Amino acid sequence: MSDLLKRNETLVALVIVAFCVVATLADPLFFTVTTLSDLLRASIVIGILAVGCMLVLVSGGIDVSFTAVAVFAMYATTIFTLGVWPDMPWPLVFLLSMGIGAALGAFNALFIAGFGLPTLIVTLATLSIFRGFLLTFVGSDRISALPPEMRNFSRMVVARGTTEAGNFYALPWAFAALVAVIVLTWFILQRTMLGRSIYALGGSVESARRIGVNVRATQIFVYVYVGALAGLAGILHGAMGRMADPFSLVGLELSVIAAVVLGGARLTGGYGTITGTLLGVGLIVLVQNSLIVLGIPSSWQTATIGLLILLGTGIPAYQAKRAAARAG
Amino acid sequence: MTPTKPPPFIEMTGIVKRYAGVTALAGVDFTVAPGEAVCLAGENGSGKSTLIKILAGVEQPTEGGILIDGGSAGRLDPRAASNAGIMVIFQDFSLFPNLTVSENIAFATQLAAHRTFYARGEAKRVAQKALERIGVDIPLSARVEDLPVAQKQLVAICRGLASDARLLILDEPTTALTEREVRRLLSIIRKLKDEGVAVIFVSHKLAEVLEVSEKVVVLRNGEKVAEGDAAEFDAASLTFHMTGRDVPETTPGTLPEQAEPLLTVARLSKDGSFRDVSFSLARGEILGVTGLLGSGRTSLAKALFGLVSPDAGRLTVGERDVALGDPIAASDAGIGYVPEDRLTEGLFLTQAIVRNVAIGRLDAHESGGFLKRNSLVAEAADWLKRLKVKAPEIGAPVQSLSGGNQQRVVLARWLARAPQVLILNGPSVGVDVGSKADIHDIIRDLATTGIGVIVISDDLPELLATCHRILVMKGGAIVDEVAATDTTEEDLTHRLAS
Amino acid sequence: MSSVAKIPAPGLMNSPEFRLLIIAVAVFGLMSALSPDRFLSAQNMTSMAFQFPEFAILALAMTLAMMTGGIDLSVVGVANLSAVSAALLLANVAGPEATGAAGVFWLGLAILLALSIGAAAGFINGVLVAKFGLPPILATLGAGLVFTGLAVAFTGGSAVMGFPTAIAVIGNETVFGVPVPLILFAVLAYALHVLLTRTPFGLKVTMFGANPRAAFFAALDIDRIILKVYTIAGMFSAVAGLVIMSRANSAKADYGSSYLLLAVLIAVLGGVNPYGGYGRVIGVILAVLSMQFLSSGLNMLGVSNFARELIWGALLIFVMVINVVDWQALRRRR
Repeated sequence: MSDLLKRNETLVALVIVAFCVVATLADPLFFTVTTLSDLLRASIVIGILAVGCMLVLVSGGIDVSFTAVAVFAMYATTIFTLGVWPDMPWPLVFLLSMGIGAALGAFNALFIAGFGLPTLIVTLATLSIFRGFLLTFVGSDRISALPPEMRNFSRMVVARGTTEAGNFYALPWAFAALVAVIVLTWFILQRTMLGRSIYALGGSVESARRIGVNVRATQIFVYVYVGALAGLAGILHGAMGRMADPFSLVGLELSVIAAVVLGGARLTGGYGTITGTLLGVGLIVLVQNSLIVLGIPSSWQTATIGLLILLGTGIPAYQAKRAAARAG
Repeated sequence: MTPTKPPPFIEMTGIVKRYAGVTALAGVDFTVAPGEAVCLAGENGSGKSTLIKILAGVEQPTEGGILIDGGSAGRLDPRAASNAGIMVIFQDFSLFPNLTVSENIAFATQLAAHRTFYARGEAKRVAQKALERIGVDIPLSARVEDLPVAQKQLVAICRGLASDARLLILDEPTTALTEREVRRLLSIIRKLKDEGVAVIFVSHKLAEVLEVSEKVVVLRNGEKVAEGDAAEFDAASLTFHMTGRDVPETTPGTLPEQAEPLLTVARLSKDGSFRDVSFSLARGEILGVTGLLGSGRTSLAKALFGLVSPDAGRLTVGERDVALGDPIAASDAGIGYVPEDRLTEGLFLTQAIVRNVAIGRLDAHESGGFLKRNSLVAEAADWLKRLKVKAPEIGAPVQSLSGGNQQRVVLARWLARAPQVLILNGPSVGVDVGSKADIHDIIRDLATTGIGVIVISDDLPELLATCHRILVMKGGAIVDEVAATDTTEEDLTHRLAS
Repeated sequence: MSSVAKIPAPGLMNSPEFRLLIIAVAVFGLMSALSPDRFLSAQNMTSMAFQFPEFAILALAMTLAMMTGGIDLSVVGVANLSAVSAALLLANVAGPEATGAAGVFWLGLAILLALSIGAAAGFINGVLVAKFGLPPILATLGAGLVFTGLAVAFTGGSAVMGFPTAIAVIGNETVFGVPVPLILFAVLAYALHVLLTRTPFGLKVTMFGANPRAAFFAALDIDRIILKVYTIAGMFSAVAGLVIMSRANSAKADYGSSYLLLAVLIAVLGGVNPYGGYGRVIGVILAVLSMQFLSSGLNMLGVSNFARELIWGALLIFVMVINVVDWQALRRRR
């Protein structure tokens, strides 16, 4: 039990519950299907990005370029589709975007796994390279006339309806993409040698190398997979927002990293779970969307997220520091 | 011991390894046969770790060939090595702190089997079997980072035993183990040998290793200088081959009759590390503290210097109480600490030699907020000269020095502060034999100037050569105190690990 | 084994600063050749001198944090929070009608307020890193969001304007023909250089950055070093905030958001080791100049702002790949 209490997951879950209780007391309308569907919808893109980001942290690296990858893949896919095959079926559109994302991820991997450069600096540089290339050579206009298949996809819903109070709710199919990403990533991390190698790498690169883990191949997989997830998140973002905006998403990377770290992943590598990541995402999305329900003006949103990060990571860090001093 | 020697399992010929201009191995031939145990001996820097890393596939030889079962091994990488049945138990354990015990033990096995999917249940069975084999009980789902050192070492051993090894390489495998656990390990190794498994031992506890070995190979400066039946060697001849000369036995100087007490430790305790430690140190005395890895010797040493915070107890230097858990207070009280791991704890490797010395006394060379560089350099240079540090240029990075000279740089830093008490944790780890004798001379000289010295070490000959008194720690407590003149290496070994 | 290897002291020719000097000169030469009449004009020189100091000062703050092996992701947040606080004082308390001596008085007070806020914000970063043991990336990321968030909350997210005219001195005036922002940058750069190379504190920072563990074992007062480093970085950021405010004649929570990346980029380009223990102010200055020559030149050639970002990123990767041997040596050491 005490072990459970020490975990970040528990801490974050308790904060979420407390938030919901207070919000419901403040505004009974908060506790409705409408709110739930709004929050779920808001967590699709950030959730997929966060799962990818968690994978990188587990492997002992950090990636800040994934938002640029997402927006690049989304925008380039849209331009390509509109220009070459406007009626391309949406599964192909998605695959194309994921492919572009994977290619950009491979570019990161080239410098990280190939040249052994530090991940933060490489991805900071590729963040500006991807974004600069996109806006200079691919385009910088917002496109609202998306390919018809993408628009069709955005209308597909798992469930929709109107509550008794007359509030509309809808859960788009895009949510299934998040579920698929969660299941696939969970399976890779927990059930395959590749996934365990990622954890091993985060635990100790040298030990991993000594027992025969192919360090380079594992790193390449991580960055390519994260790129593909970013491509998926990007195209979903475009389809759901019904607009291809080359200026969107970039700037979100720190919030995503914040969500993942809140969920217990460590910057030093080796630690991170899907559950924790999703809880972290939940909390961030809650703060971004529902802070006002608690009577906190939305202009305090940024400060609140910052404070949550400091508390959510500061308390475990402080405990770890104390424990390390105790262990001698 | 069989009259007809079986054909070798591994045959290495003319192995050369160079790192950036430095030759670590200069054409070494090495063979090991199924069921044979070879003791690989050598000083630090003799090339024995490099040889092991090449066998493990972690490093590639610059020149030379390796035959496995008489056939060329081709390029030996870690996976190829483990497929060939070569298992290594590394000195630093090479475990994954973030993974569970069962995963640490069984992961390599599944990796070698080219599995795509990770079989959790099977991992547990394999790990359980390996643990049972050496008769220890460690929870399978515990995270390795939460285990005490001795259990970590056992996990590392279990990993080596988990797969069907044909050659087991043990690099200092018993540093944290008690005598009982060591006996158990040795009996398993005898059994493995009967099953035809080849074994390579690297250990500085020679008596222990010679007992189960058939053959001894001694390396020095990257070359093989001796090879022969284990029965032909004893401790003295091994030392001779390892160092290339007879090292005279030295003894500590006599302690003045009524030395005044300098440092007093009273009932110092720290949960999980050490308990109720009390002793005193006199001016001019050299006190040894020994114990197995994990016995609390290092925690105690660090606690004396404020690097870890004890839960209870008192520490006084002279008449003055020293605040616990504060290295700055400890150093102000005149305590100095030379750490165990010189490279990560003692030195600023990329920084200039002179800076590494001067960093201990910056405040003495300050005027109006600025550094007086001339006086700082002059003082540091003077100390380097006094300790006979052989440095081409004091502005060069300290990593360009040899181990022995590096250790003197750390010593110079503390001596510049004129300490009253100097704590030396493993003063000659990774230092060649010549420098080792010099460092022992320095320690004895320091004591004659009235400094109280505490030497923490598991190198028993070193303690016997320098200390007046030796404290033995076990499970966090001081269990024995002997005068160095009343004991021998065998006696101490027994007291330490029984 | 590798510790025995002889490592020659880096000569002038293969030091990162020398490589940067070549890059700076090459960029300058290239731009002069491509657009001689415009790039080399006095007007362009002056406008460059007004442009770069604000992010160059942030890069100095970043350099100091990186010297310890940390990073300060809150520099822009601190700059904006300081600027917004000063701006609120100037616009709401002083008002645009304050002129002459009153204007100067309010300017002085505003500077004092901004510097205090910068110092306080930096101190908070330092506490989080030193006392709570948070990794600097996380501490300054979280704190940076809080600082930015406070600036948003104080202003409702909109720009604050309407200052006494004296404020223009910081960003828009010249003294003997030298732009004031350039003077500020020069003074701060020199101060940082002296701090790092001539004081006990500077040596401690370098040594701590080279090996924090050894610094602990050598009984250095680590907590004080970290607190001081982040506090000074906060004050530098506040100065940058004041320059930005004065140049824009307003303050807003999201000004200069691209400067964070730029500051990291310049520091790394300038040869500062992000793992700590190495960095020279002269390298940072050369990196700043290379960046500014490149941007201005590209601007004159009609290249879009977006392409500049692309080229900056590519330049950073390029320089790192050149240094790849050094980097790999670093990784092994860790």
